[in-house]
Amino acid sequence: MKIAVCVSQVPDTTTKVKIGPDGKSIDPSGVTYIINPYDEFAVEAALQFKEKHGGETIVVSVGKDSNKEAIKKSYAMGIEKGIHVKTDVEMDSYAVARNIADLLKEINPDVIFFGKQSIDYDDSQVGSLVSEMLGIPSITVVVGIEVDGNKITCEREIEGGKEVVEATLPAAITTQRGLNNPRYPNLKGIMQAKSRPIEERQPTYTGNKTEIIAMTLPKPKSKGKIVGTDVSAVPELVKLLREEAKVI
Amino acid sequence: MGKVLAFIETRDNKIKNSGFETASAAVKLAGETGSEAVAFLIGSALSGIASELGAYGIKKAIVTEDQRFEKYSTTAYSKIIAQACKESGADVILLSATSMGKDVSPRISAKLEAGLVADCTEIKVESGNIIATRPVYAGKAMVDVKVCSTIKIFTLRPNVFKPVKVDGVTTEVVKVTPDISDDDFKSQVKEIVVNNEKLDVTEANIVVSGGRGLKGPENFHLVEELAKVLGGAAGASRAIVDAGWRPHSDQVGQTGKTVAPNLYIAVGISGAIQHLAGMSSSKCIVAINKDKDAPIFQVADYGIVGDALEILPVLTEEFKKVLSN
Repeated sequence: MKIAVCVSQVPDTTTKVKIGPDGKSIDPSGVTYIINPYDEFAVEAALQFKEKHGGETIVVSVGKDSNKEAIKKSYAMGIEKGIHVKTDVEMDSYAVARNIADLLKEINPDVIFFGKQSIDYDDSQVGSLVSEMLGIPSITVVVGIEVDGNKITCEREIEGGKEVVEATLPAAITTQRGLNNPRYPNLKGIMQAKSRPIEERQPTYTGNKTEIIAMTLPKPKSKGKIVGTDVSAVPELVKLLREEAKVI
Repeated sequence: MGKVLAFIETRDNKIKNSGFETASAAVKLAGETGSEAVAFLIGSALSGIASELGAYGIKKAIVTEDQRFEKYSTTAYSKIIAQACKESGADVILLSATSMGKDVSPRISAKLEAGLVADCTEIKVESGNIIATRPVYAGKAMVDVKVCSTIKIFTLRPNVFKPVKVDGVTTEVVKVTPDISDDDFKSQVKEIVVNNEKLDVTEANIVVSGGRGLKGPENFHLVEELAKVLGGAAGASRAIVDAGWRPHSDQVGQTGKTVAPNLYIAVGISGAIQHLAGMSSSKCIVAINKDKDAPIFQVADYGIVGDALEILPVLTEEFKKVLSN
């Protein structure tokens, strides 16, 4: 089995977003970057898949030099091989997916794991785009996986419930919180990750299908009303919600 | 003249509310771009439901039925939506950014080599160009996006685009036979497991969320009771999901669900930046927290500074009283 996992590097969740000088992206100064949290579930899923069914694991990342950190984190968790498609060009989901798809055509994996979305652009597109480009089925927002021969059965989260989805391998899976508990890298893993080489590639595709023309911050809210400091404020609060806000 | 193809999502052969939202958005966009809105429905036994779209201004609906469409299939649905786009000559496709819309739309994008803007909260037309606005960083910022390809795809965040009723429109319903084979069902939903009919936080008009201030999982029922009285859904902060009090499917925030209900009540939640990102676009926010300096009060419209465990039962009773009158 060849098991691929795709990762990206994103600002951490405590980041306070400031708009950069170009007016189209965030100001990266002072921002801490981490592996996309949903990708950690994907890496863990790839490792568990290998542990159950055997095979080799490979991690792919498209983006700036800093994306190497996401590959190293995957190494530290146990992924064996990594390829970085290095680009300083801002790529949209379509362009990222094309680069991944071009690369994976060479590798021909049996299963590909992605985080269900990256927490920067929240696009939820790359995993599905890549699988369509490769002509294989995709199952997104997955919280449970079972494999029987070349049949894969997943639970995916939907509004107010779950769908049980069946597909045949090769397939792409996008992972949701709840699927597993990503392992913590041990010291040996971290040390090995430092010296393990990362293969570097040039992008094969750079044409974006979408263009960001402006980034803005949401309008700040005007200061709310503190209705009171104990239970005696409850009737007043309910009255305001009915008569002023008219939401009840 | 171009066309705006609106994919209308159905469940159990009924149009979902998000389907009416998509229909209205398509009618509006078609009006602004001088094109025609065409609805597209997929199902196994849709009978006459497409004609309901007339009330939202849809003059033409294409319906495709097949026994195999009874349950959702990513591969088959994406194929026939792309087909419908080509056959109808549409240059814009609108879908709702629901579980299904988010799942199917990128595959249509890849098939048609068309740019996709996901989870839009506004679509406007400026000097002939369609500009979509969407949140990024879970709502910490917004971007305006233009699509460079001839065919343009947009998914619309549920609950943001309101269905608008119009008078005097009847829908011409055209049935088409899908060009599809068993091979196109490479992925297939076998079963849907509903969470005890529990309302999802992303679909509720009112959300009551609890956090650490509840002091323990045994007190979460207080949040659920208030949500029930209000006909809403119960949500949770990341802290209590991480602590194992609640399932991750209840989590509101940057690594959980993004919600925008009419009323959001945060109980015992301090308002970490990643939580605020997931709920601050709610129309009215109420915060109950004992720390008057908690960040949640900065986004709240109304607040009570106090102990969540004391205030919650009283609040539930008060709503019960008022709502029964």
